[in-house]
Amino acid sequence: MQSVISVSNLSKTYASGLHALKNINLEIRSGEIFALLGPNGAGKTTLISTICGIVNPTQGSVTVAGHDIIKDYRATRSLIGLVPQELTTDSFETVWATVSFSRGLFGKAPNPAHLEKILRELSLWAKKDSKIMTLSGGMKRRLLIAKALSHEPRILFLDEPTAGVDVELRRDMWELVRTLRSTGVTIILTTHYIDEAEEMADRIGVISNGEIILVEEKTALMHKLGKKQLTLQLQHALVSMPESLAAYHLSLASDGNELIYTYDSQTELTNIPGLLKALNDAGIAFKDLHTTQSSLEDIFVNLVRKEP
Amino acid sequence: MNLHAVRAIYAFEMARTRRTLFQSIVSPVISTSLYFVVFGAAIGSRISEVDGITYGAFIVPGLIMLSLLTQSVSNASFGIYFPKFTGTIYELLSAPVSYFEIVVSYVGAAATKSILLGTIILVTAELFVSVRIDHPVWMVLFLVLTAVTFSLLGFIIGVWADNFEKLQFVPLIIITPLTFLGGSFYSIHMLPPFWQSVTLLNPVFYLVSGFRWSFYSLADVGVSISVAMTFVFLAICLVIVAWIFRTGYRIKT
Ligand SMILES: Nc1ncnc2c1ncn2[C@@H]1O[C@H](COP(=O)(O)OP(=O)(O)OP(=O)(O)O)[C@@H](O)[C@H]1O
Ligand SMILES: [Mg+2]
Repeated sequence: MQSVISVSNLSKTYASGLHALKNINLEIRSGEIFALLGPNGAGKTTLISTICGIVNPTQGSVTVAGHDIIKDYRATRSLIGLVPQELTTDSFETVWATVSFSRGLFGKAPNPAHLEKILRELSLWAKKDSKIMTLSGGMKRRLLIAKALSHEPRILFLDEPTAGVDVELRRDMWELVRTLRSTGVTIILTTHYIDEAEEMADRIGVISNGEIILVEEKTALMHKLGKKQLTLQLQHALVSMPESLAAYHLSLASDGNELIYTYDSQTELTNIPGLLKALNDAGIAFKDLHTTQSSLEDIFVNLVRKEP
Repeated sequence: MNLHAVRAIYAFEMARTRRTLFQSIVSPVISTSLYFVVFGAAIGSRISEVDGITYGAFIVPGLIMLSLLTQSVSNASFGIYFPKFTGTIYELLSAPVSYFEIVVSYVGAAATKSILLGTIILVTAELFVSVRIDHPVWMVLFLVLTAVTFSLLGFIIGVWADNFEKLQFVPLIIITPLTFLGGSFYSIHMLPPFWQSVTLLNPVFYLVSGFRWSFYSLADVGVSISVAMTFVFLAICLVIVAWIFRTGYRIKT
């Protein structure tokens, strides 16, 4: 797949001496939804801001659709829409004025029909003549999205788009992101909500302490790193673990009514038949069984915890 | 050239002016009238004439300069400081606009506003005294050059300031005193020789002198010196602005 953003050996050291980004290499594929995950202060916003031209890189280079972000900033920036993490708006402007302003700023001729379409999609049409300070937080968040979409970008950065947004609005936003993707827009989002990445992303990158520690297809990632658990519901409660089962590191749950076997979904798959046979030999009968896969959240927490 | 962007920023800034239209017009009209009452009527009755011009008419160019300088600086500094303060500058920095376009639109809007103001003051002054303009083309040139130069200065201050105190500091502590001491309300020939020499170090003096010449053909120094000084200030401001953008000083991290 063709890459639309290409980050090579990018480093950023702030004036304070803080290394916010350390030798980042990253390819974003055209048309994908890429989720950037990482704890507070990992460098997500710094990375996005650098690509968008708000932060000067200390080292390395970034190209967007083949253009260098510094030498050819007009070409790269016209392609990009940015929804910032902070709710920054001009309180005294009206919704319509600020969206029109954004479109002009990005070099596009006025197109009221397009702006109307966006405001309607984001349920802001009724508010078009309201001053921004009269909007609620969630409306302001949507307004920032409308501003970013006003100039029909091919790449959209969403820096924690659903922070402080209610469940229903979150669903709407996911829906909007999917619609955008279907029109070929590449989307890069950062989030703290793992379920969001799990639900939305094609690929996931994890950043911690200014370093990209992993980039994977979401499904591959969950498959590769995900632990699975096999839960067996026993016919009769077990008081203690028989010696013959010690090799499987089982644990008892529900007052001895359940046996839980944790295994790595790829490597140890073959041990399940062995376990079942051992149970049979030990005379332990079960009435039901099910498996669960660990969520991206568990994977993520494990990854970040490993970092010093 | 991203003309759509220049138009968008310019229109945005002018809309800010329109929202405060009442203050924008009423306050200069009131303060000009006050100056006429205080300086023109009270003091003017004792001075009566300066170089053959009634005192009231004599101070008109100085009054316009005073507003032009303070308004250019405060408009332009506020225009760029405010997005820095609220954070909306992210959009400007991530937009496909060149530094040249940013400066043209912000400084253009600030200069437009102060030129409008200068015109309003001129019209108000006409109500009190009869004003003569000997060199209208030069008058407009001085008006525009000064508005642009001090809007650039305001832009620089707006970029430099990281709090509201600093934003008001320069106009209050530097621009206003320099204008008052730059011969807005008197001819330097009225001063003792020592203070005449000191006044020659005041950059605003040259602007006021040149501007007054365009009205009454009266100047404390040769008009060519005034024009030259105006261009020197303009050049200095342009160099600083270019440096700001090359280094990203106080704008980009
Ligand atoms: N302007 C700045 N000057 C100095 N340090 C900064 C600046 N902006 C960010 N940092 C530092 O850089 C590091 C990365 O910050 P960044 O905002 O990129 O993190 P983030 O991953 O977006 O975090 P969060 O999830 O909290 O938004 C942090 O340690 C932060 O303190
Ligand atoms: Mg952030």
